[in-house]
Amino acid sequence: MSTAASPPVLEGRSVSKGYRLPTGEAIQALDAVSVEVPRGTLTALVGPDGAGKTTLIRLSAGLISVDSGTLSVLGENVARHPERVQERLGYMPQRFGLYEDLTVGENLDLYADMHGVTAAERSARYPRLLGMTALEPFTRRLAGQLSGGMKQKLGLACTLVRSPELLLLDEPTVGVDPLSRRDLWAIITQLVREQGLTVLVSTSYLNEAERCDRSIVLREGKLLAQGPPTEVSELALGRVFLVQPPAGQSARSLQARLIDDPGIVDAVPEGGQVRVVTPGESGKDLAAGIALRGLEVAAAEPMFEDGFMTLLRSTPGEGLAAAGSMTLERPHHALREDVVVSVRELVRRFGSFVAVDRVSFEVRSGEIFGLLGPNGAGKTTTFRMLCGLLPASSGTLRVAGMDLRKARASARQRIGYVAQKFSLYGQLSVSENLEFFASAYGLHRRRRRERIAWALEEFELERMIRLPSGQLPGGYRQRLAMAIALLHEPEILFLDEPTSGADPLARREFWRRITALAEQGVTIIVTTHFMVEAEYCDRVAIMDAGRVLAQGTPAEVRGWTGAEPGHALTMEDAFIRIVESARGQATSRSEHAGGAA
Amino acid sequence: MIESILRILALTRKELLAVLKDPRGRLTLFVPPIFQCLIYGYVASYDLNDVPFAVLDRDHSAASRDLIARLDGSRNFHRQAGLFRNQDATRWIDDRRVLLVISIDQDFERRLMLGQSAEIQLLADGRNSNTAGTAAGYVSAIIAEFNAAWRAAHGLAGMPVQVSLRAWFNPNLETRWHMIPSLIGTLTLLQTLLLTAMSVAREREEGTLDQLLVSPFRPIEVMAGKALPSVLIGIVQATNILLVAQLWFRIPFEGSYLTLYTGLTVFLLSAVGVGLLVSAISATMQQAMLYSFLVMMPFALLSGLATPISSMPETLQQFTRLNPLRYAIEIAERVYLEGAGLKLLAPDLWPLAGIALGTLLLASWMFRHRVA
Amino acid sequence: MNTHGRSLHGGALARARRIWSLVRKETHQVVRDPSSIATGIVLPLILILLFGYGLSLDVTNVPIAVVLEAPTPEAAELAAGFQLSPYFDASLLTAMHEAETLMLERKVDAIVRIRPDFARELSLGAAEVQILVHGTDANKARIIQAYAQGAVAQWSARRAAEGKDPAAGPVLVRDRLWFNPANDSHHFLIPGLVVLVMTLIGALLTSMVMAREWERGTLESLFVTPVRIDEILLGKTIPYFVLGMIGLSLCLLAARFLFAVPVRGSIWVLAGASMLYLLVALGAGLFISTATRSQFVASQITVLVTFLPAFMLSGFLFDLRSMPAAVRALTTILPARYYVAVLQSSFLAGDVWGVIVPNTAALAVMAVVVLMLNRAITRKSLD
Repeated sequence: MSTAASPPVLEGRSVSKGYRLPTGEAIQALDAVSVEVPRGTLTALVGPDGAGKTTLIRLSAGLISVDSGTLSVLGENVARHPERVQERLGYMPQRFGLYEDLTVGENLDLYADMHGVTAAERSARYPRLLGMTALEPFTRRLAGQLSGGMKQKLGLACTLVRSPELLLLDEPTVGVDPLSRRDLWAIITQLVREQGLTVLVSTSYLNEAERCDRSIVLREGKLLAQGPPTEVSELALGRVFLVQPPAGQSARSLQARLIDDPGIVDAVPEGGQVRVVTPGESGKDLAAGIALRGLEVAAAEPMFEDGFMTLLRSTPGEGLAAAGSMTLERPHHALREDVVVSVRELVRRFGSFVAVDRVSFEVRSGEIFGLLGPNGAGKTTTFRMLCGLLPASSGTLRVAGMDLRKARASARQRIGYVAQKFSLYGQLSVSENLEFFASAYGLHRRRRRERIAWALEEFELERMIRLPSGQLPGGYRQRLAMAIALLHEPEILFLDEPTSGADPLARREFWRRITALAEQGVTIIVTTHFMVEAEYCDRVAIMDAGRVLAQGTPAEVRGWTGAEPGHALTMEDAFIRIVESARGQATSRSEHAGGAA
Repeated sequence: MIESILRILALTRKELLAVLKDPRGRLTLFVPPIFQCLIYGYVASYDLNDVPFAVLDRDHSAASRDLIARLDGSRNFHRQAGLFRNQDATRWIDDRRVLLVISIDQDFERRLMLGQSAEIQLLADGRNSNTAGTAAGYVSAIIAEFNAAWRAAHGLAGMPVQVSLRAWFNPNLETRWHMIPSLIGTLTLLQTLLLTAMSVAREREEGTLDQLLVSPFRPIEVMAGKALPSVLIGIVQATNILLVAQLWFRIPFEGSYLTLYTGLTVFLLSAVGVGLLVSAISATMQQAMLYSFLVMMPFALLSGLATPISSMPETLQQFTRLNPLRYAIEIAERVYLEGAGLKLLAPDLWPLAGIALGTLLLASWMFRHRVA
Repeated sequence: MNTHGRSLHGGALARARRIWSLVRKETHQVVRDPSSIATGIVLPLILILLFGYGLSLDVTNVPIAVVLEAPTPEAAELAAGFQLSPYFDASLLTAMHEAETLMLERKVDAIVRIRPDFARELSLGAAEVQILVHGTDANKARIIQAYAQGAVAQWSARRAAEGKDPAAGPVLVRDRLWFNPANDSHHFLIPGLVVLVMTLIGALLTSMVMAREWERGTLESLFVTPVRIDEILLGKTIPYFVLGMIGLSLCLLAARFLFAVPVRGSIWVLAGASMLYLLVALGAGLFISTATRSQFVASQITVLVTFLPAFMLSGFLFDLRSMPAAVRALTTILPARYYVAVLQSSFLAGDVWGVIVPNTAALAVMAVVVLMLNRAITRKSLD
């Protein structure tokens, strides 16, 4: 049936959709966008925050209706007959509505019942779904007690209790660690290849878009590109280079210099080098030539991300904030050798469950230290103990020479903290939040005014000053959270998954700030799911099941599993290998133990 | 110390801002208490002003007509029908068309003339026994007037014993005078308790509590910063109700404002203490809300607002000693109507202060324990 | 293609299965949330016990002071009358100022003052007994006045019978309280209890549940399945309906066996009216929940528009006849008012069709209107 000639499963003609914010501001979420998703393909929907990705997916699911234009899904006009379409599609919203007080099995049953899946079909399908998602051992666990990645997988399983003709996935991999993300993608691609399913998936991980058959790039409600992902990658053909930092300079500081250079489109650290995208082809671009003068440069294959950045930079729109100019009023001039955070044999138990198991590490002043690990590895628990929010079961920890849990309250003056999810007062405006936290940190009168003025300027928040912080666009929320964490000029900054769900532009901006802070002597401890971001760190520790599996500089970690010579492992590959081999050992150990018993 | 106070003030300011900035928040905090006070001021009354009744007059004499005329002449009674048969009386009461049927036998006037006692029968709908009792009381009073007039007209001696009735503090015995001062405590309790419990639960649910606790805030400062705004808002609400009582219902205020506000502050502290306790055991806003309600109900029912405490069994009377609302109602009523001073109020103020201290201490212990 | 889809997902069996699944889901959620259990089961139990044992409008053992300023035999006899009365807990004093102090400290609720010249005046046929009540609780004060007058009247009747005084008043009132001859306020508080419990479960609990699904984003996933709006609504209604009926049964059992309050009418009428009221309450809760989409706001509004009116304006505690016309007009849109009317008749009077028919009809109309309103505002759309 599915031939090349068959009409697209999803076809939009000049689709427009607008919203009104509670402040009265009108937002054009989609502006005359024409897209199509051919049958049997895997299509990625990418674009920075506010591009209209979620709007397009919700329109396709018949949850909202178009203002103008037509959108036909599975041959039906969705706006007119949403229920006919809904019977035939699967939809996984960004925040999948799992019933947290139901078990894994009960959630599956509920959706199977809603779709009228027969008992026979269930007995055929459930084992496969549970197997694919590795949820088999947890069917009786409450969904609320699953880790973030497991919840996403359960959400996908609930969407797939029967075979839809079209699968709509809205950022299914946000907050999901590389291992779970790999599993999710394996499930999705298998469905497309084996069952001819059509999938439209939005994502902010651009390397995921690369695996798709097609990509749709949106920005601020407008269509920028549509077609095979290679078309986007090829935009950067001949403009991508790997630059070797000169001796004595870290890849990170070279990257920091290059990304601020107007002659460069994009720069990210990669495997000890810096991946650079130039505006024009090699040698033809003067500005880039100046920027790269005297550096050892090698041409590289363009990736989707390179093309994407080229595409964004070549069209007018909001650029990066001038993050590089970020300066502290009082740089910290501690010696690099000073140990600022030391953790020794740290243990935290919840009942019989050991969340953190004899973790030890040290962080020196001015270092960026990355804690990496899959969902539920114990990163956040470690973080909470470091910040004094949770007492340790045993072991010692010192932050700036103190245990924050026991130290005087004023000791917390020396740390800054950005929580995993946005945790500022949503109903208060930007300036009210700033003022409150300034007072909380004992800044008064002139000092407070100065610091707030500094924060508004550094983070370019003046425009938003009156907006309730809960209504800020995603990128600005992140900036506000950072601004507040830095108001009192802490020596140590704790950042718990600060870039989860952030788009590629916001992530670059964020890291530019972090590296600038580190240059000025601030110690930074950060957790992240983006393995490419580990390249920005001085040292990283990889955690799983509460234990530290590997620790060292990114280069050391990449080399940990003994990559074959000539073939550099990416951070992500290294991470997956380390975790899997540790898990493999754990299983074989327990199997041994079982056999012996 | 000063730093600590400045932090508490900053948190107080933030709390007030968060609540009062939103027009919906301002609306739900200040309008319902005033509105409820107005409605309940009219409604919460055991005084009857419209008693529908029917008459079954078998005598049709001048005397019986005189008696009925007296009933008709009363503001409170509205005659719905003259009935002719006993069965009718049954039906009219059953169908709730009348509350009372007054039945006069055919020898009514004859017996009176003979100087004998004549009886009239009063049938009342006891489905609400309180109403029925009150209505029967009204009838008795009218009959007493009739008796006095009859005696005077027929040259009979007056009653040997006259009962002179006087009520202190509420000369016309208006229920409203009891109700409105009681509402000062009742309405503010519900809202301050809920406000406190929800504001902590919200910070917990939204993750902002962590943000507070990594800043130099100490748990005790967070508690104080949560308690203070609720007490302030409670005071404003109480003032609103006080204004309605005096400006709208014109209930004379006998006491001193200083005494009243002292009592109110202690009461509000205990309400906030209970709210903080509720928040300490709630994981979500839904739980905070439902648990607040769960403690509010017994507080309201065992406060003496709707039914007198002295009518409760002894064990429950003891239990009401743990109820802050009981003391608040007593204090408000006694200061408002009796003009009682701090000395007279001591038996109410001390337990209330004890409850405030106990709940606040327990809540701060649980708060630290839970944060752990 | 469409007809194919229709037959697959639109069949009666498929619909029943979906509804059943939603009911099961909701039940799991109720059972697993301690606060739902607390509101659905614990609070009704507390209310039953409080109403049954705690609350009473009946005034007994009122502490009073009888001031006997001259202990003549007549005066002592009258004072004894107060001491023997079951309504009073009388302490005998000789000086008025002592009594006044007790009253100011609120240790007594009333003072009966028998003046020194009582005996002499009595012999002249014009004696006076002063009764001072603490008037702050007006209702209680009035009851105390009536009891005190009764005690005096009884005493003078006894004297008249003994021939010491002329006969009492020419007209005597013999009152009979129908339906509640024992004059026990339990008999009218228990129906009120039923209303409160049904409102609590019906409206308060459901006011949170739709809002919760909006807040947690679970509806978005549910919407994109073949489930229909009326199925979602039924899935929400049925479990709370059952919980409400359990609450009703608890109340009825408690009324019958703990408090010996009779149910004179047919149990079927009672159950029928309760079901209708429960539907209205559920509908109102769901409506508020859907309209606000916020648990916090929904709960506040629900307390304001369903629970407090059921408590204050339904006529179970404060008689509708005490209310000014404007407020009484307001009560005509309150379902609780009609339910209370049926309940009071069913418990105390029997099947009085003149009460049952109009009031249940009103409830039925309201149930239909509320359910239709829900159907109208709940749409499978995020717009």
